[in-house]
Amino acid sequence: MTTAAAEAPRPSAARVSARVLGLPLLAAAVGLLVLLSLALGSRDIAPFEVLRVLTDASQSADATVIREMRLPRTLLAVAVGAALGVGGAILQGLARNPLADPGILGINSGAAIAVVASAFAFGAMPVGGSVWFALVGAGAATVAVYGIAAVGRDGPTPAKLALAGACLTAMLASVTSALVLADPDALEELRMWQVGALAGRYFPVLQQVLPFLAVGLIAALFAGRALNLLSLGEELARGLGLRTGLVRAGLFVIVAVLCGAATAACGPIAFTGLLVPHAARLATGPDYRWILAYSALLGPVLVLGADIVGRLILPGGEVPVGVVIGVLGAPVFVLLVRFRRLVEL
Amino acid sequence: MTAVATVGAVRTDARRRIVLVAAGLALGAAALFWLAVGIGNGLLTPVEAFTALIGTGEPATVFIVQELRLPRAAAALLIGLALGGSGTLFQRALGNPLASPDFLGIAAGAGTMVVAAIVLGVGSELLLPGAALLGAALTAVLVYAFAWRRGVSPYRFILVGVGVAAYAQSITSYLVSRADLQDAQAALTWLTGSAGMTSPTMLTLLAVTVALFIPAGVYAARVLRPLELGDATARVLGSRTQWDRFALLAIGVVLVAVATAAAGPIAFVAMIAGPLSRLLLRRAGHSIAASALMGAIVLQTADLVAQHAFPWQLSTGVVTGAFGAPYIAWTLIRTARR
Repeated sequence: MTTAAAEAPRPSAARVSARVLGLPLLAAAVGLLVLLSLALGSRDIAPFEVLRVLTDASQSADATVIREMRLPRTLLAVAVGAALGVGGAILQGLARNPLADPGILGINSGAAIAVVASAFAFGAMPVGGSVWFALVGAGAATVAVYGIAAVGRDGPTPAKLALAGACLTAMLASVTSALVLADPDALEELRMWQVGALAGRYFPVLQQVLPFLAVGLIAALFAGRALNLLSLGEELARGLGLRTGLVRAGLFVIVAVLCGAATAACGPIAFTGLLVPHAARLATGPDYRWILAYSALLGPVLVLGADIVGRLILPGGEVPVGVVIGVLGAPVFVLLVRFRRLVEL
Repeated sequence: MTAVATVGAVRTDARRRIVLVAAGLALGAAALFWLAVGIGNGLLTPVEAFTALIGTGEPATVFIVQELRLPRAAAALLIGLALGGSGTLFQRALGNPLASPDFLGIAAGAGTMVVAAIVLGVGSELLLPGAALLGAALTAVLVYAFAWRRGVSPYRFILVGVGVAAYAQSITSYLVSRADLQDAQAALTWLTGSAGMTSPTMLTLLAVTVALFIPAGVYAARVLRPLELGDATARVLGSRTQWDRFALLAIGVVLVAVATAAAGPIAFVAMIAGPLSRLLLRRAGHSIAASALMGAIVLQTADLVAQHAFPWQLSTGVVTGAFGAPYIAWTLIRTARR
């Protein structure tokens, strides 16, 4: 940790130019994937046709497919990918633990129990009907985790945050499975929600969560410097003039908003919030300003890419994006971890 | 001389405390075992329970105790020991309080294999423990092999473990989402975990495993102190770090694999037994034996609550999370305040 922090101010010249070059390359990759995401699916549309449909108001079957179905889905993938990537990166800096995943804050379990409870109370719902419930559940769970961890004079230390999150997650998951085992309706709702999917998320879902995602991402622009200071250790950060308690709380709110809204929209897209920042760290080194920038672009690349693969991989069916990320993303991640020199947290 | 004498005195103190705590926990576990065997429509006295256990009491009582209650009570005790011991071995060999087998893919791998067996329709009651054992062993080998690169560093092991866990979990949730509702329900029941699922064969295997590998863990844990000082220091102090860490993790894997095969992935016990036993040990440090016994107490209590506290029966795994977690969060925070 100390070596990593000491390296931060003065990386080698080669690494600097490589990581500056990487950003436009990643941005181009996102653009390309957006185009592909609009063009590919059960009905393939030529890229040129896609651009034409987006720029004029013509009516055709292709235009409807693109505007009504693929456009919201693609935008959502970009927003959710960026949110999970950035949220995960902030969380890693905050919790200082390589295992810190947005799920550990109780976000997934809070949203899941809200979805299940709403199905338990009101019966099954159409896709996207449970977004508000999930949002409220995720928010309540994170507030509870922070509240539990903040008790005591030393405040919410990384270890207490992780422990409180794990405790609450275990508790909510247990109650969820008790509910689900008692009520088939709730089980049906949960197992469809739980895989994490972008399919069927149209403009209403996007409109519900986009304000949260936008606010969270803008706030995250200012997180890099604070995270760098926090990575020096509590005492040093305070000595350098950082109001650590306040900053921690603020960063925590950003993570909760970003990951909570993303989870509410698509269900728990597993692993993204963990994989993206680790991959970004491998490319950039320990400076959080770069890690955040890379995460904001790598997240959409991963989610969009996985969504496209999921649409094409099975003829006549679709594999949910969360499953594709687990099945394809995890091996890539394992190989990265194995063959690159790791920058430890 | 005085410094040496002080160090000696502190050590003896610590050792005495460990022995005392372990003895206390063992008594607690024994009391819970008696409760589990004796509780029903009424409560058997210790003498009645004992005579029933050795088969000399009233025939009806003997039948109820030996055939109905003993297997589940023994399963809860043994699974708790195995999970408590293995969780602490993992956490300490890897130096991370979150690095329990729950998060590192071993339970997830077992879960995927079992759910696949259920969904593909080859999951007879007899085959499920075998599938779980296979899944757990396979994931453990995979994680270790992928994390190996001129040695296994804890950090790399954790990251690889998380990756493998994500892989296994996404397959599991896909299988559950595609299964018909009945299979999904069966899969979810198994994934919640319950001491009541343990078959007689698995109980025997579990007993043998615990009898062999908990002492092995206690013995192997003697190498932990140098390991925790960092690999370089440990090597200077003369420990063979790679071999030591492999031995600790292997023992942990065997324990958690057999426990999971017997009762499903019962959440949270492996993660929490170590920190809880440390509350009692205070400065005396760590003890694998105390953690294992603490695991047994947590699991036995949870199983008693699951069977008797409500008008309907719950899975053990529901109780460990739903009631264990808040209590433990509260305890840890209360002590952290001081």
